[in-house]
Amino acid sequence: MDEKLPPPSHEEQEQRLHQERVSRRTFLMNVGIALNAVVVAVVAVPVVAYLFGPVLRRKEYLQWIAIGNATDYSPGETRLVTFQNPFTDPWDGDTAKVPAYVRCVDAGNFTVFAINCAHLGCPVRWFSESQLFMCPCHGGVYYADGSRASGPPERGLFTYDVKIDGGKLMINAGQMPTLRNRAGSGPCPGSTEPKQPALVARIEACPSTDPATKAPGTNASTIG
Amino acid sequence: MPEYRPGHQGPWYKRVYDWLERRVQIEGPVKEAVLHPVPKSTASWWYVFGSASLTLLILQVVTGIMLGLVYAPSAAHAWDSLQILNHQLPLGWFLRAMHGWGSSFMVAVVLIHMAQVFLFGAYKFPRELTWIVGVFMLLMTLGMAFTGQVLRFDQDAYWGLGIGASIMGRVPLIGGQLVHIMLGGPIISGATLTRFFALHVFVIPGTLLALTGLHVWMVLKLGINEWPVPGRIVRRETYIEEYNELAHKGIPFVPGAVWKDLFFSAAIILAVAVCAALFGPYGPKGYPDPTIINTVPKPDFFFLWIYSVLSFLPPEMETPFILTAPVVAILILVALPFVAGVGEKSWWRRPVAVFMVMFLAVCWGELTHLGTYTPWSPQMTAWSGAPVPANLLQNRTPLERKGAVVLQAKQCRNCHSMGGLGGMRGPALDDVATRLTEDQLYRQVLLGGGNMPAYGSALSPAETTALVKFLITLRPGYRPAAQDASRQIAGQAGVPPNSTVRLGGTQISPK
Repeated sequence: MDEKLPPPSHEEQEQRLHQERVSRRTFLMNVGIALNAVVVAVVAVPVVAYLFGPVLRRKEYLQWIAIGNATDYSPGETRLVTFQNPFTDPWDGDTAKVPAYVRCVDAGNFTVFAINCAHLGCPVRWFSESQLFMCPCHGGVYYADGSRASGPPERGLFTYDVKIDGGKLMINAGQMPTLRNRAGSGPCPGSTEPKQPALVARIEACPSTDPATKAPGTNASTIG
Repeated sequence: MPEYRPGHQGPWYKRVYDWLERRVQIEGPVKEAVLHPVPKSTASWWYVFGSASLTLLILQVVTGIMLGLVYAPSAAHAWDSLQILNHQLPLGWFLRAMHGWGSSFMVAVVLIHMAQVFLFGAYKFPRELTWIVGVFMLLMTLGMAFTGQVLRFDQDAYWGLGIGASIMGRVPLIGGQLVHIMLGGPIISGATLTRFFALHVFVIPGTLLALTGLHVWMVLKLGINEWPVPGRIVRRETYIEEYNELAHKGIPFVPGAVWKDLFFSAAIILAVAVCAALFGPYGPKGYPDPTIINTVPKPDFFFLWIYSVLSFLPPEMETPFILTAPVVAILILVALPFVAGVGEKSWWRRPVAVFMVMFLAVCWGELTHLGTYTPWSPQMTAWSGAPVPANLLQNRTPLERKGAVVLQAKQCRNCHSMGGLGGMRGPALDDVATRLTEDQLYRQVLLGGGNMPAYGSALSPAETTALVKFLITLRPGYRPAAQDASRQIAGQAGVPPNSTVRLGGTQISPK
């Protein structure tokens, strides 16, 4: 430290700075800054596009997937199925698998529910005895037709678009359903609004309801 | 006396030091930093939490790098690599435990530090920006905690990401796009893990370290907050002068105040190590296979309070609350030094501040406590696993006992407890007959309501009858059965019991 040259005094610095302010060097420095700004802007385009890649590919996400023969399901049954996500990477491992509930209302009439609770996406469980889906996270409950029964969800379960092609049951799936990313674009679940007191049905599960069949209960009496 | 020439005399280590110092020239600024005078009152055990946070941050960086030597950020392999760390690599479990416990300690110490500087009025002039930077450091710390929980790629991590995506999906207009950016694709997958890995290992810690540098720099430049004394008012015009006077009469930071920091930092690291050695690493829990749906996802304890809040919001409030509450909370924290930047610093004269800290601490504690046993969640196995208390079956008719079977088989116990076993979502059924009459029970079972699903379509008439016949027996002998007041009045020809009007009708005695 002893050998360091003394820095220029404050006045000297000011003086030099003033001399430099309108000089060729200053101009060239400003050109240099502008050049860097342009380069940053040019390079930013691919970087931003790269970051938005998952959004730019949104159209590829939904595909028709076969989930077995339509005749595999018996009427009145709701069954857990697993399908392979169509949009995967080799390192996805088991996360490439997606569970879903297939409900066979009657022969040829299917509703396929996403596993994710409409509240916060936790996996709902089906209880065939009480004909309810229950969520383990915050206690959302849905009826057999997917409409909201109780708890925090503000709508019924998400459904996939369904079609039967050559005897195969197909669903249009591939993305995790959230309130803005519908599992499919088909009609909302909850077409059969259960008869609830108006007081309790605070939220209309889905406005676009079409007449569908009633949820089959356990019709056969177990008591006799 | 020969002229002193650095680097040419003295023992070898002195020469090496001089050689380095002539080139790096850092001795001056370091000396200035460590010897700067601080007010005597700040050499207190209350002032150790900031330095302890920094110590824990360094511990997290070091242990994080150690884990990075082994961890595989691939959705197919992450869980297995943690198992190898836990069970096969010598002391891999200990490093994982240190990192996990270090994170819990860090969140805790950072929050204590924040409460302390808030109560000591340290955010007031001229340290407003130090506080604001601190607020963002807190957010980064919580961001590290959340992303770290994701890297422990188990079932909780998988469904925790689902919760995160569902919250993102509530954003108006761009929610769907945000979900896809967050997940790195259409669904939780390998791309999700790699981007959370990048966040946890590069982006957030880099930002956190930069902000830490800025934070400490400002503490050095502006001086540590003096011990607040009631009546010593902060004024923009006079504060700096008053503080300089206090500091001038003070003691050098090293060693006057630093020894307490050193003692506490050592104690904290030791505490982390003891917890790590005694309790071991956290998880990984179940294998992250989304088709294993028999799981009860739960966040780590520092996010349990959010998990609790989310269960109590009514459906209409959910989206507005989730989207605005965090923004409002951050705005309040950032605005604090601008709203209350001058005035009293002492907690003796700031009852609202003291109340706020106590209120938030109690809320946090209670919500966390609720989050540990989640009374709002159905107990998925209670219907098949919880026994029916024997005294509720004694002296019952066959029909009533059938009703008990229906009650079990239809999963009523998942939400209703009996004998203390079962879900707590709905009311306990041990004394339901003291609250509801037979008619009301039919109505409640068939139509639901009050947050209970309607069972009309899931029960046959015979099952319903048996169930209700069982339910109306559920009351302790010393308590009367529920009565329908309107019936009673109807039985008195519309005259309420205490009315002075006398009519010919006789009162129907309750059944």
